[in-house]
Amino acid sequence: MTVPTPVDPHETASEQTLIASILAGQRESFHLLIRPYEQQLYRTALALVKNEAEAEDVVQDAVLKAYRKLASFRGDSKFSTWLIAITLNEARGRLRKEGRVAIDSLDEQREDNGGDYTPAALIDWREVPLAALERKEIRALIQQAVAELPETYREIITLRDVEELSVNDTAALLGISVALVKVRLHRARMLLQKRLVPHLRLVTKPPRKGLGFGRLSWL
Amino acid sequence: MALNCRHVWEHISEYIDNTLDPQVRADVERHLETCEICSAILDSTRNIIVLIADDRVFELPLDFSKRLHARLDDVLKAEYPETLGMGP
Repeated sequence: MTVPTPVDPHETASEQTLIASILAGQRESFHLLIRPYEQQLYRTALALVKNEAEAEDVVQDAVLKAYRKLASFRGDSKFSTWLIAITLNEARGRLRKEGRVAIDSLDEQREDNGGDYTPAALIDWREVPLAALERKEIRALIQQAVAELPETYREIITLRDVEELSVNDTAALLGISVALVKVRLHRARMLLQKRLVPHLRLVTKPPRKGLGFGRLSWL
Repeated sequence: MALNCRHVWEHISEYIDNTLDPQVRADVERHLETCEICSAILDSTRNIIVLIADDRVFELPLDFSKRLHARLDDVLKAEYPETLGMGP
């Protein structure tokens, strides 16, 4: 999971060709260039700003910025990583403008000082067969729990566990060390574990308790 | 080295990502073999990571793409990308 994502040489070659042609005047090709990444950019924006309409604005502004700054893309990162970085900055800018960051930072500080948490130790939940899960309800719970995380943790979970960027790409994109990526990711995951497990257990209502029952093996 | 539960919790994320030093990983595994609580925490954390990744399959808002490309089109018609200076 943490091995740097290999860059697909074909993808990179065709993207490089597209970028070169756009810079040479084939401006219309920019539509093609960004099409594969629309969902990824939207998810990233939504994870940060937590509002659909605003996330859409963030993506639009980020894409326009990427077009205008296209000549500054150096190709030392993947184009998708560069696009995500612009989107992330755009989303952060909006949060800052609205003063929504202050609350998050306080929250995070508290977490950093009192990083001594206890995970939720509930033995039944892992044994619930996946088929029995109320998927829609679970998805809503997960989204809410992620939305409630402090901003830095939301970022790290989105990049690593939703978009599955490598640790190295994530570190480069956020401008932080690999070690800090790991620390934040660990805290974010543990916070989610603690918040979600008791709820998931209620939603899933295991048919039977006890360790011998249908141990999950879907991982 | 024998680890206590609290030590093991500190390593759960890296254990899942398989980035622990082999010796530490072996210590964690030894603990997990006998500790039902820690292995439950490990499993539930893994499950949550899988569920989070599931979120990728959601749909974009209706006409998201249409609006994005329409706005982009206006800019593409009117502007060239900015050029970089000729410096090094």
